Amino acid sequence: MPAAIEIKSLSKVYGNGFKALNGLSLTVEQGDFYALLGPNGAGKSTTIGILSSLVKKTDGKVRIFGCDIDTDFSKAKEFIGVVPQEFNFNMFEKVEDIIINQAGYYGLPRAIAKERSEKYLKKLGLWDKRAEPSRGLSGGMKRRLMIVRALIHEPKLLILDEPTAGVDIELRRSMWQFLTEINEQGTTIILTTHYLEEAESLCRNVGIINNGELVENTSIKNLLKQLTKETFVFDLAAPLDVPPTIDGYTVEKTDNATLEIAVDKGQSLNVIFDQLTQKGVSVISMRSKSNRLEELFVSLVESSQAGKGGAS
Amino acid sequence: MTPKQQYVAFETLIRKEVRRFTRIWVQTLIPPVITMALYFVVFGALIGSRIGEMGGFDYMSFVVPGLIMMSVINNSYSNVVSSFFSAKFSKSIEELQVSPTPSYIIMLGYVGGGALRGLIVGGIVTTVSLLFVDLHIQHIWVTILVVLLTSILFSIAGMINAIFAKSFDDISIIPTFVLTPMTYLGGVFYSISLLPEFWQGVSKLNPVLYMVNAFRYGMLGVSDVNIYVSLAGIMMFVVIAAGVCLYLLERGKKMRT
Repeated sequence: MPAAIEIKSLSKVYGNGFKALNGLSLTVEQGDFYALLGPNGAGKSTTIGILSSLVKKTDGKVRIFGCDIDTDFSKAKEFIGVVPQEFNFNMFEKVEDIIINQAGYYGLPRAIAKERSEKYLKKLGLWDKRAEPSRGLSGGMKRRLMIVRALIHEPKLLILDEPTAGVDIELRRSMWQFLTEINEQGTTIILTTHYLEEAESLCRNVGIINNGELVENTSIKNLLKQLTKETFVFDLAAPLDVPPTIDGYTVEKTDNATLEIAVDKGQSLNVIFDQLTQKGVSVISMRSKSNRLEELFVSLVESSQAGKGGAS
Repeated sequence: MTPKQQYVAFETLIRKEVRRFTRIWVQTLIPPVITMALYFVVFGALIGSRIGEMGGFDYMSFVVPGLIMMSVINNSYSNVVSSFFSAKFSKSIEELQVSPTPSYIIMLGYVGGGALRGLIVGGIVTTVSLLFVDLHIQHIWVTILVVLLTSILFSIAGMINAIFAKSFDDISIIPTFVLTPMTYLGGVFYSISLLPEFWQGVSKLNPVLYMVNAFRYGMLGVSDVNIYVSLAGIMMFVVIAAGVCLYLLERGKKMRT
């Protein structure tokens, strides 16, 4: 069974000399839910652009479900549905026309296109808007419209470039649920996102790109195992003038009633509570300072940059 | 894609293009008809009556084929240049680029839409002209062939313009500074036999002259240039323009980075 995506030594140099990809190699297996992460300008969108034929590669090999894009891009395109970062539909066209036209570009007969359009528009809560010009939709609806458009030919691989950017929490959760559902039905999904919580919740595997190179490619579980330190925030019942000292832990006071304590992997939280209790400090709530994956992401990106002499 | 799937993609593009220009019919179908009706009144009925005969016909009859051809040329060109550039500008062209639709189907779809608008406007202008002149078409098949090839040629030309265009200014430069002078100096309003020999020679370098005269030959049976040369020339231009357009689409010129 061929991989959903097989990228070998992919490079891209833009006309202005900017090297966006620098020998990127990456494999995404069929059925995977894969997160492609990286800071702005790392090469994520360029990679997606090459996969979807919007960007010409400079060098390297790309196979999509076994089809080489150099020799059979037309066939490879049939396997892919793309949800881009920016809205890229005609704002004057009606919602349903956008979907049915897209089906037509994949050669789907009109009757089937109408059937599927109804199915997906209903599924993503846009059926009532089908006869309205797309410019009248809210930002979240426009994002969902692009997902319906990408799914209309029922692709084996769905690529989503920051699909939940600017989407409210409730809608984001419903989109996560929908994506999980179609992944369980067999669709391979590649997702780029800046919400690392999103990658942690949805994806099985993750690739981190920086400066056009893959700096990490592993499962989310393995990645989280690399986490060596986590910072917890403690909200105190009463203000303190001086932060208490706790042996073996770094304690910082962010304001009079809030402490931040860094905890290394394997260290116990009980020790912190015991010592705080002994010192008469009462804790009313505790939370992790930031997303765990976010900390790892920052450290991986920083170490890859340090390895390159701090290039950004 | 199988041939059947390619046909579905072609049909989708045609349907989309027709829906676009019929949705904004007040901007696309009515203005050219009003302009041409004014040409008929001013140049044909008012001034034309003082000009007398041209090419063996009263001026009104002489000018009608040229004006019909002018409306076909302008509308075929402007439909594709505007539609394709708007798709590029809004990035909705990516809907086609990510799909397996082959470049030649994309070209045929847009060109088909442009040619249809040119032919519809040409048809309406012809109908309006009947209010001013009795038309007796001399060579119906030549008339149909010329108007069809001309609408196709200028649709392709509009597409090439749109491929290169980076801004809305770029899609008005060619129609204003190239297309309009070529049309006005292409024998729409006069027979080039009225010109000194040197300017007759210069006029013969203008491809629009051959289209207008071939169409006039179809309608009135007279032409300033050889009809076979005209037909061969138009066909040659269609083939060359289609080849250039297809090459640019395949290369993703100004569309793929």
